[in-house]
Amino acid sequence: MSLKTASKPIFTNYTEETFPNKNVVYDTKDLNLWYGETHALKDINLSIYEKEVTAIIGPSGCGKSTYIKTLNRMVELVPTVRTTGSITYNGMSILDKKFKVEDLRTRVGMVFQKPNPFPKSIYDNVAYGPKIHGIRNKKILDEIVEKSLRGASIWEEVKDRLKENAYGLSGGQQQRLCIARCLAIEPDVILMDEPTSALDPKSTLRIEELVQELKKDYSIIIVTHNMQQAARISDRTAFFLNGEVVEFDQTDTIFTKPADSRTEDYISGRFG
Amino acid sequence: MKYINQEQVQSKMNRRLVKNNIFKTLFALATMFGIVVLAILIIRVLTQGLAWIDMDFITGKLSTSADRAGIMGAILGTLWLMIVVIPVTLILGVATAIYLELYAPKGKFQAIIQTNIANLAGVPSIVYGLLGLTVFVRAMDLGNVVLAGGLTLSLLVLPIVIVASQEAIRAVPQHLSEASFGMGATKWQTVKNIVLPASLPGILTGSILALSRAIGETAPLTVIGIPALLIPFPGGIFDTFTIMPMQIYYWTIDSSLVSEYANLAAATIVVLLVMLFILNSIAVIIRNKFQQRY
Ligand SMILES: Nc1ncnc2c1ncn2[C@@H]1O[C@H](COP(=O)(O)OP(=O)(O)O)[C@@H](O)[C@H]1O
Ligand SMILES: [Mg+2]
Repeated sequence: MSLKTASKPIFTNYTEETFPNKNVVYDTKDLNLWYGETHALKDINLSIYEKEVTAIIGPSGCGKSTYIKTLNRMVELVPTVRTTGSITYNGMSILDKKFKVEDLRTRVGMVFQKPNPFPKSIYDNVAYGPKIHGIRNKKILDEIVEKSLRGASIWEEVKDRLKENAYGLSGGQQQRLCIARCLAIEPDVILMDEPTSALDPKSTLRIEELVQELKKDYSIIIVTHNMQQAARISDRTAFFLNGEVVEFDQTDTIFTKPADSRTEDYISGRFG
Repeated sequence: MKYINQEQVQSKMNRRLVKNNIFKTLFALATMFGIVVLAILIIRVLTQGLAWIDMDFITGKLSTSADRAGIMGAILGTLWLMIVVIPVTLILGVATAIYLELYAPKGKFQAIIQTNIANLAGVPSIVYGLLGLTVFVRAMDLGNVVLAGGLTLSLLVLPIVIVASQEAIRAVPQHLSEASFGMGATKWQTVKNIVLPASLPGILTGSILALSRAIGETAPLTVIGIPALLIPFPGGIFDTFTIMPMQIYYWTIDSSLVSEYANLAAATIVVLLVMLFILNSIAVIIRNKFQQRY
């Protein structure tokens, strides 16, 4: 972890008083988001807690991806996007235009729906993030690469072929490589947008086990439309419907005694 | 109850098959037409010119005597021209493509520029010649030197390079740059490390094809007024020069005076075609070698 302080810009306004409740990583208040005229997120209020797995479930098009992409402001890649309300990350207002997205994304990694390794070697894929952030020392890079690949439990499979192109890996391995690539920037939070939807059941299981392992060190927000997956791996679950949060609670509660009848309908498979 | 009546199908079967064959033949003939014409052209040029190509012809100076004439001056002219055209088109073309694809706000401004580039690609080359004459030769007072000709040809092929580079950049899957942005990379880091390497084969292929177009262009350089006289070999970008297509043009015209000139023109065509063939092969090799899978 010493590498982290050496290589990253430090947020200067971080003090104990600013956020007495340290357990909240992300606090979303009255968030609204429009794609042009489409109102995609409506009055979202959500708190994401540290070192937990938070699952976001809901039918297609309900705004799950949009929400998770506001958390690292990737949603701004769509030029028509407009937001109101606030999201704080460790007490800092990230929707503030003055807040540097590069800074945020160094602390918040993202794993995408479809495995998207770069057309580079396995090694270069993992070393990409650290290099971007200015690490040039070969020995340090080697260390980061090994640590990250181990962290994503893919080291044993690839340690003898680090120089080979990442496209030679299977889909499940590629996704774990993408997780390793994300760990290499040493984030606090990992955002995962349906990370297993393109994978076979066996690879899915490995990723789920990995998520359990990772939550010891990271706060994880995972979008899934697989309710069993949400039930299996998450501590808290938010149910989205038509751009609104219908219910947000402990996963157990959501799946055993949901407060809202729409949640019950959804988890019992009546729609979606 | 079935909708498809087997008997009816059978009765129409022969007609359908005949029609099928007619169209197949038609398409094959259309292709053959092009191939045959091209073959005739090449055979004629080869039979007429091949005998005239030897080391003396390649390395010799221009001469009024057909036996002693060589085209080294024209070859050097073309090479010097490329030394101007390659960097100018690559730098301006790729930079413009990157700006338009990745930086320019998507809106009216971008749409207007885009339309204009597409239109420029369709402007007749002689118009570029006039532009070159007015701006580079006269206003900038460069004279009819390599630099003026090179800049003129650069303008001519720039739209092609821009459009080809834009297409190559657009073909880089969005999810690759998203992955890079997602790790906190800036736009420039993403362009440099992800987008450019992935689009380089496409950019190079398009650029080389544009260059081979530039090598064959004659009209704009005629307007600029480059000579086909017995000038000394060009030694730099501020020297006057001539090029192979120009030489072909004058030798063909003058073949009514000296009939051997026609053979010299044919021989020069062969050399020019070989040069273009080599350039295009390089483009294909680059494309195959560096093509990445996503
Ligand atoms: N780039 C975009 N431009 C316009 N509308 C979009 C865009 N992306 C998503 N939307 C709209 O926003 C809503 C939420 O989409 P999304 O967040 O992708 O849903 P989910 O991930 O839950 O399937 C949908 O109605 C979708 O059509
Ligand atoms: Mg989605």
